Amino acid sequence: MSEIRVENVRKVFGDFVAVQASSFVVEDGEFLALLGPSGCGKTTTLRMIAGLELPTDGKILLDGEDVTFNRARERDIAFVFQLFALYPHMNVRKNIGFPLKSQGMGRAEIRSRVEETAKLLRIDHILDRPVSGLAGGDRQRVALGRAIVRRPKCFLMDEPLGTLDAEFRSVMIRELRELHNRISATTIYVTHDQLEAMAMADKIAVMNHGVIEQFGPPQEIYDRPASMYVADFIGSPPMNFIGFNGGLKKGGNEIAIDHVNIRLPELAEDVAPGEMAIGVRPEHIRLRDEGGLRGSVYETEYLGTNQIVSIAMVDGIVKARVPADLAFSHGQNVGLELDSERLSVFVKDTGRAVRRRAAGAAHG
Amino acid sequence: MSTTAHSVVAPGRLSKSIAGAVVIIYALVTMIPLAWILLTSLKSPPDSISYPPKVIFEPTAEGYCNLFTTRSRQTDEYIESLGPPRGICDEITRKRNMVIVGESNYWPRFMNSLIIGFGSTVLAVFLGTLAAYGFSRFRVPLADDLLFFILSTRMMPPIAVAIPIYLMYRELGLSDTAMGMILLYTAVNVSLAVWLLKGFIDEIPREYEEAAMIDGYSRMQAFFKVVLPQATTGIAATAIFCLIFAWNEYAFAVLLTSGEAQTAPPFIPTIIGEGGQDWPAVAAGTTIFLVPILVFTILLRKQLLRGITFGAVRK
Repeated sequence: MSEIRVENVRKVFGDFVAVQASSFVVEDGEFLALLGPSGCGKTTTLRMIAGLELPTDGKILLDGEDVTFNRARERDIAFVFQLFALYPHMNVRKNIGFPLKSQGMGRAEIRSRVEETAKLLRIDHILDRPVSGLAGGDRQRVALGRAIVRRPKCFLMDEPLGTLDAEFRSVMIRELRELHNRISATTIYVTHDQLEAMAMADKIAVMNHGVIEQFGPPQEIYDRPASMYVADFIGSPPMNFIGFNGGLKKGGNEIAIDHVNIRLPELAEDVAPGEMAIGVRPEHIRLRDEGGLRGSVYETEYLGTNQIVSIAMVDGIVKARVPADLAFSHGQNVGLELDSERLSVFVKDTGRAVRRRAAGAAHG
Repeated sequence: MSTTAHSVVAPGRLSKSIAGAVVIIYALVTMIPLAWILLTSLKSPPDSISYPPKVIFEPTAEGYCNLFTTRSRQTDEYIESLGPPRGICDEITRKRNMVIVGESNYWPRFMNSLIIGFGSTVLAVFLGTLAAYGFSRFRVPLADDLLFFILSTRMMPPIAVAIPIYLMYRELGLSDTAMGMILLYTAVNVSLAVWLLKGFIDEIPREYEEAAMIDGYSRMQAFFKVVLPQATTGIAATAIFCLIFAWNEYAFAVLLTSGEAQTAPPFIPTIIGEGGQDWPAVAAGTTIFLVPILVFTILLRKQLLRGITFGAVRK
């Protein structure tokens, strides 16, 4: 078990910058999700930590030891591949025991370690089966077994649930998190699925175009997105943006959009006048006739426990999550009331969030 | 898992039976010469050249006896003065007023074919596998040019360079040596091996080796423990192609070997000259010559099929 420290790591493939000077620390026993769309550099980052790619610049430290240029096998890490990479010519038992064999461990000990691991993952009944006939979930467990059997310093997982169907995925999410709680090994988990990241991770790093846009606990990422990109990537439906033009003052807590005053959390910096946007999550909008901001109902999407109402505003579509029992008709004029404490403000051309002072939080 | 690229519509009964008939006819056309060779090898010399050709005849081992022995013609008195015949060949030979005076060169030539054929195949497949792995997995400078160069060695018939090779081999003392023939056939086959195997190794996901390397193995160990076992199909298919070439090669064998290292293909025709046209002996030599390739191909027929249809089948 150990700490992973990534310092200014950069990776360039020819002309393409895959990862730009990224730094972050995964503390001992922590579960980090690297979250981002495909091609954002998350897998490359993971592969550099694993030793499957060498960084162009920067340092990687495992437990304080500089392993930047160490070979993969010298790092004592385990990697779970997207397609599991179970050795097709070996059965389940041999697959799980394969990492132990490289350490020259005796047969009896390999046997007992493999069986112990299989029991932990509830696959002890399929140990002597070939891997080719296994169902997706069992393959997943065998891949995990091969990773944990060695008790490595940390686990790296590259979209391990990507090929499973939705129903099974939620089962595996729970199992993975339970497993992590039990063995509490430092884990980095790459995914493009925000639900997986939110459900499992202690911390999330949201990546885009090789840059870590935000690094923090899931709640912080959700409530206080550091950029419009993060705000838009996280949440389903994502955060709404309502544009306005103006400047902001440190300590200010009110803006006007279409002559409607909107209260904001207290701001912590001055921003020169320009194109701005407030960000509001769908569930932080209430539809009230007396609401100042107005729009007309465009469509409704019924979800059972609640519904998503799309409202056409001057600026574009805003989606609100409201109780399912409210009835709306197409074209109906409604007023929007925003939950002031939960609003974010962004500078449009850079996309960054304006720093604010929120209730009790020390976050700048 | 695997699907063929064609046959979108299930074939009907009629087209199935037409296809079946075509396959059977084609099989007969290609098998009849082989069957005829086998039959001829069991005929007596007069039966073998009789017209119309005999399909039903009394089988005899004469062809095989003549293939493996050298004989000399003797007077009846001399033959009668000998003791009882030893073995069936002795008996057949005496009926033709001849006695066996020694063994022919067929076995040594056949053994040469085995040594040179399998030796060059093993070497070509070994080198080809390593080269193909390198081209497949590493960024080799000028990889495309090198691969084209390797392929280009097959662009003209090898016999076009026969004279320079003949002179080179004479200078190097490689003429009429098994080593020389192994090197030559390896050089010809290695290009085929590299290209075929590169295709197979490209198909094996890198993740397997990466997993093995993370699991504590070196790249070399990962190659032997994880890549090779999955490349066996490709290796087997490549080996058959290489063996068939080396086994059947005639032109270089005629040119570069005459005694010690002569292979079976140039030897078999020389049987014709020895005391009349002994077609049953030639047919016997050919039949035995076919056996190793036949056995090898039957053993590896699945891999061979996969090798031939390679590219049409995708996972």
